Amino acid sequence: MKNSDEGSSVPELNTELKTEPNTELNTELKTEPRSESGTELKTEPNTEPNTEPETDLVTEQKTGTKTASKTVRNRSDDGLRTLTKLAARRDRIMLPVWIYALLATVGSTAYSLKKLYPTQLDRDKLASSISSNPSLRALYGPLYDTHSLGALTAWRVLGFGGLLIGIMAMSLITRHTRAEEESGRLELLGSGAVGRNAPLTAALYIATTACFGIGLLAALVMIVLGEDWSGALAFGACLFAVGVAIAGTQAVAVQLTETGRAANGIGALILGVAYLLRTVGDAAGTSGGAGWVAWLSPFGWIERVHPWAGNRWWVIGLTLAAGVVAAAVGYRLQGARDLGSGLLPQRPGRPAAGRGLRGVYGLSRRLQQPTLLGWAAGLLAFGIVMGTLAKGIEQLLNDNKQVEDIIARYGGVQGLTDSYLATAVSFLGMAAAFYAVQAVLRLRGEETSGRAEPVLSGSTGRLAWAGSHLLYPALGSALVMACAGLGVGIGAGAVLGDFWGWVGRMLRAGLITTPALWIIAAVGVALFGLLPRWTSAVYGVFGALVFIAYLGPAINASQWLLDLTPFTHIPKIPGGVFHWAPLVWMTAIAAVLAAAGLGGVRRRDVSSA
Amino acid sequence: MTTAIRASGLVKTFGRTRALDGLDLTVEEGEVLGFLGPNGAGKSTTIRVLLGLIRADAGTAELLGGDPWRDRVALHKRLAYVPGDVTLWRNLSGGEVIDLLGGLHGGVDAGRRAELLERFELDPTKKGGQYSKGNRQKVALIAALASDVELLVFDEPTSGLDPLMEDVFRQCVAEERARGRTILLSSHILSEVEALCDRVNIIRAGKTVETGTLAELRHLTRTTVEAELSGPPPGIEVLTGVHDLKTDGDKISCQVDTDHLDGLLKALTTVGVRTLVSRPPTLEELFLRHYEPEGAAR
Repeated sequence: MKNSDEGSSVPELNTELKTEPNTELNTELKTEPRSESGTELKTEPNTEPNTEPETDLVTEQKTGTKTASKTVRNRSDDGLRTLTKLAARRDRIMLPVWIYALLATVGSTAYSLKKLYPTQLDRDKLASSISSNPSLRALYGPLYDTHSLGALTAWRVLGFGGLLIGIMAMSLITRHTRAEEESGRLELLGSGAVGRNAPLTAALYIATTACFGIGLLAALVMIVLGEDWSGALAFGACLFAVGVAIAGTQAVAVQLTETGRAANGIGALILGVAYLLRTVGDAAGTSGGAGWVAWLSPFGWIERVHPWAGNRWWVIGLTLAAGVVAAAVGYRLQGARDLGSGLLPQRPGRPAAGRGLRGVYGLSRRLQQPTLLGWAAGLLAFGIVMGTLAKGIEQLLNDNKQVEDIIARYGGVQGLTDSYLATAVSFLGMAAAFYAVQAVLRLRGEETSGRAEPVLSGSTGRLAWAGSHLLYPALGSALVMACAGLGVGIGAGAVLGDFWGWVGRMLRAGLITTPALWIIAAVGVALFGLLPRWTSAVYGVFGALVFIAYLGPAINASQWLLDLTPFTHIPKIPGGVFHWAPLVWMTAIAAVLAAAGLGGVRRRDVSSA
Repeated sequence: MTTAIRASGLVKTFGRTRALDGLDLTVEEGEVLGFLGPNGAGKSTTIRVLLGLIRADAGTAELLGGDPWRDRVALHKRLAYVPGDVTLWRNLSGGEVIDLLGGLHGGVDAGRRAELLERFELDPTKKGGQYSKGNRQKVALIAALASDVELLVFDEPTSGLDPLMEDVFRQCVAEERARGRTILLSSHILSEVEALCDRVNIIRAGKTVETGTLAELRHLTRTTVEAELSGPPPGIEVLTGVHDLKTDGDKISCQVDTDHLDGLLKALTTVGVRTLVSRPPTLEELFLRHYEPEGAAR
């Protein structure tokens, strides 16, 4: 607490210093420009590739903050090394999880494609159905070659895997730059011998190193699977390059806003638009029309590298160059702003509270509503896209018995279109569970930031405070799922006919998924009330349950494992039989967990900031 | 006079740290109590116990006639609190936060709010993320001062304010006191406490080490006396309560227990006094006595 005191008083000191050059502290200030030289710093990661080894990080980091404040020698690399190590230390759990998830995607995709399409005949059939079907191209991109397992795998992985690696790069950059700046921790470090550009450089270094590692390991996986090494390298380079490109654009995004949350919002928008351009361009196809718009997106670029079928390295060069140019713009913008401020102008707020901001319910609405509306709109849009793909699915399934089996295991039992649509809603439900978890964690964020304290020392009961926030995972989850279902219904109705029928059916399918979200969110509430320090472990619970629900059916997981995740117990609508019972007992479990958590909230101490 | 806050024997441990170790605190209605102690002495922990944010492991506490843990919601309508480290919501303007927090403490007086905004020179349209530490502090101060409450609890409220604003804060506290409000002011700025407080409570390592009015506390300590005499000093070294005597010809300087000041002066006047300087102990000296580790006291 005292640390943050000192940290936040630093900018005031600095402004005073500018006008009064003869105070004691200005020796520190004078030396700062030396460590600011951006060009020197940018080359730094290349000359310091040995900052990585994880083992010495552990001991190093215990004294991490000490080192930051002790190194007043003002060599710019001191700050950079410290920051890089700090970042690597903070990511020691998150990064391996990302790397593992991406490699598992590559490996399991290659393995399942090998099983699903063992002969050249199967593969050619697949290629013809893809090339004749715009919605399948939109989903996976164009299948450019069928003569190697490598090319098939690259085709299948690069669309989705590229998006995943982009999300990783985006969140890494934000986490180590804007989010740190927002929390004030960077200010604390910044008052030590840390150059102005060092945090961004450290973040870019961590992100590109992670992408490089994933690319290299993915290439190795494919070489081990017996594919030609040059294609494997091109494939790995695709993953690396798209990560670099997104890291670069995020280096710009974090300059714009004041909060990490908003920076990630801009980043998500960039990713969404880039992915949409890729989708639209691929759906239009190569033969004239709007096919060129895929060339506006890094996701479109890496699909056109064609590993194992030409290895167009110049496209990788283009993607990397885009990342470097964007990062350079990021550095440029950073030089033009103050620590803690964003480049986007802040509109002045209301001088007094409106009628909407009365009491804790008004407060929670201000804090939670924008996120809720964003998710609702996003899932509605995604639902529409997934709904419109309903027509193409049948065609793909007609070609292949095994894919048909898998889809049937995912979803309902009869009618492949029904089963596809049920699966689509289930997938959207898994995404929406992330919303529910985030909405619960807001409570913990309010507590640990110290913002809950003034509210709770007002005439607000603990339960009213917690309840005002928990309305969102409770009712907001239902709203989000209604939108997801509605979107799928609109999309499906538009391509299949019987519009209102589909809208009604899918709306219901969306709504009955809500109890699955409630259970996961309620785990978060229970942790928050009973084991507050462990509240974020709910992310792990969420990840595990969604992982089982998402990949379990595809890898033929045993039923007891599938039964662990609430999504398994949601009736498969449309197509399946509807039962009230699982919905009732899931809601009851969620209610018990939430009640236990709320009991804890009433009884326990409020953590201090 | 009734008692607004009465706490005795408060104990609170966090893991192995004993943050409060039998702390006693009494605040009478209508008085300003200075709650003094070095960083980490347990001031904020005590306040958090009194606000019902955390529960003491042992000891009793009574706040405005109620139990601070059990009756917290009802009691909080009658008090307002300013934490030492104010964090605001980034997307809420200062004005909105003032109304929101004020509304949670019995409501905001619109006239008083406007007046305070002007006196503290705060722009209420800025968003939380744009305020400096001092301005965040002002937002919380205005919300508390404009609320219609009986008890004000300030936890190092001026830590981010510049000297001009500290002065405004002092005026405001004096006004609140004149209006009969009870104020608990935790601080380690001695001049602030000396200027504002009726009584002080000094704590160290979770324990109350001294409590009383400033006059009472001064009584317990020594006054510094320096004098130039007309003749050689009389045998004052044998007087009770005289310490650290230094003689230099006709000049003497010493410290005397305040209770024995009279005896010293009588002895001095027998030889004749040319100049006399007598200094009462500053609060700082009082404070330092308790700051220093045991055994090192002067």
